[in-house]
Amino acid sequence: MALELNISGVEAGYGAVRALQGVSLNVKQGETVALLGTNGNGKSTLMKCLTGLVRPTAGKITLTIDGVEHNLIGKGPQEIVNLGVAMVAEGRRLFPRLTVEENLYLGAYRPLARADLSKNLEFCYATFPILKQRSKQLAGSMSGGQQQMVAIARALMSAPKLLLVDEPSVGLSPLLVSQTIEKIGELNRKHGMTVLMAEQNFHQTIKIAHRGYVLVHGEIAFESSNVAELENNEMVKNLYLGA
Amino acid sequence: MSGKMSSMGGNNRIFVGGCIAVVLAAIALMTGVRTDYVFNASYVVLQFIVLASAWNILGGYAGYVNFGTSAFFAMGGYTALFMIKMFNAPLLVQIIAAACCTGVLGLGIGLISLRLRGIFFSIATVAVAIVLETVILNTDYFGGAKGLQMMRPEPIAPFTSYDTMLFFVMVLMAISAVAISRYIEQSWIGRGLRAIKDNEEAAECVGVPTLKLKLIATVVSGALMGAAGAPLVMYMRFIEPVSAFSLNYSVSALAMPIIGGTSSWIGPVIGALLLGSVQQIVTVTISSELNVLIVGVLLVFFVVVAPDGILGLVRKLRTKNSAKGDAKGGAQ
Repeated sequence: MALELNISGVEAGYGAVRALQGVSLNVKQGETVALLGTNGNGKSTLMKCLTGLVRPTAGKITLTIDGVEHNLIGKGPQEIVNLGVAMVAEGRRLFPRLTVEENLYLGAYRPLARADLSKNLEFCYATFPILKQRSKQLAGSMSGGQQQMVAIARALMSAPKLLLVDEPSVGLSPLLVSQTIEKIGELNRKHGMTVLMAEQNFHQTIKIAHRGYVLVHGEIAFESSNVAELENNEMVKNLYLGA
Repeated sequence: MSGKMSSMGGNNRIFVGGCIAVVLAAIALMTGVRTDYVFNASYVVLQFIVLASAWNILGGYAGYVNFGTSAFFAMGGYTALFMIKMFNAPLLVQIIAAACCTGVLGLGIGLISLRLRGIFFSIATVAVAIVLETVILNTDYFGGAKGLQMMRPEPIAPFTSYDTMLFFVMVLMAISAVAISRYIEQSWIGRGLRAIKDNEEAAECVGVPTLKLKLIATVVSGALMGAAGAPLVMYMRFIEPVSAFSLNYSVSALAMPIIGGTSSWIGPVIGALLLGSVQQIVTVTISSELNVLIVGVLLVFFVVVAPDGILGLVRKLRTKNSAKGDAKGGAQ
């Protein structure tokens, strides 16, 4: 069960706008890697490249599972999900007029996940007990924090090997932000989930991340092999810590 | 969990009970009553149950509104005509051929949905109907604008009249259409289609095979509509483009599910029974012109007053009642 995500020299954009200019990073089995950066620096674009929603114009994205290398560029979202990569999209992207349970089932179209459907559902309910109580409620009628739980649980329903989380803190109160991020940390610690998380909230993120990258204007401005390095870096201090 | 089980049980009872009732009523009609009017009226209502259920698979579950039901219906009829002229094919073969051809047409419509969504998809389906009608109008083989008259062959035993046989076939077709629509609703296909209706991009992102599901919906929906149109030639003993491509089929197939409720298989059945019967009664009691008006008025009424159809109204009343019950229980 060895897993490695490698991104090298990825460039992507929208029309004439270059959003990513030669981004390289990697994520290894069992790590929680943070992708930090303020608004408009290309975090979401990189996430979209990883899930097949945006096609990079240059560079390589490969996912190595048990020694087999899969090229992710050119694959559609569905194929990438089937490989075992699930994304919790920015802004949650739920199905508001469907029930919580239906939302969760919809995360399980991956053939491999369907075999363990009830096991995965149990796992989601054990991780987020409130969802079990609310399973018949329409997803659109829940609070922001609960919706974020549905979004994470829906991603877990595909039994992913790699979990991509794009800005889980968007639109949540500070207390909920720390709870949500703590849950993601728990998935890594307790269940060994490999996580790549794009986030603006530096303080919360470094609580759970093992290491991180800082993205500035579509380029990796700083790469750290541990959290302490991130906290002590001058540029990070300027960007985030108001020092 | 037990709540889900009991509601599923209720759903099953309604479906099985409905099937048995329809078959019993059909047998009674075929053996006992034998009034031509009741017979013809029931045939038309059954035909609309097929069309409405078929329309709902794509329009109700997936939210892709098809305005071109008449194209599928007429293409089914003309495929049957072709099979009769070319091979002197029996009714069953006509129906299968019609379903295959309109299934392929459905596949084409499904590929359109790759590029067009919402109202633009609907406009494209109208265009398909107009193009097909124009082609038939100008094809002498199919009788062109003046149409073609066809002789009925002898009915197959045990049926003594061709009318009874057609009626029986339509009963089976209605039951199959409802069963298929119900199966789709409750399966992974239906769940995915509902996700497409709610948020197609999000569905794509979480790994729902959106294109595959849409194609299943368009092909099944189209094939059922074509199958419903296949017996038209033998039923009327005549086929002609203007009535076969009548806008009435398109509008009714859309109005019936909307009036009944699009969220479940039973909505189109309720709508077709209600609207179909009212149309038939009005046609003989007041005027045949008026029945088109009635569809329009009812449609507007339901869109304004009960946008989720009769099913939605019933559900609303139920939740109101249960909320009242809860409040009472709380007070005690």
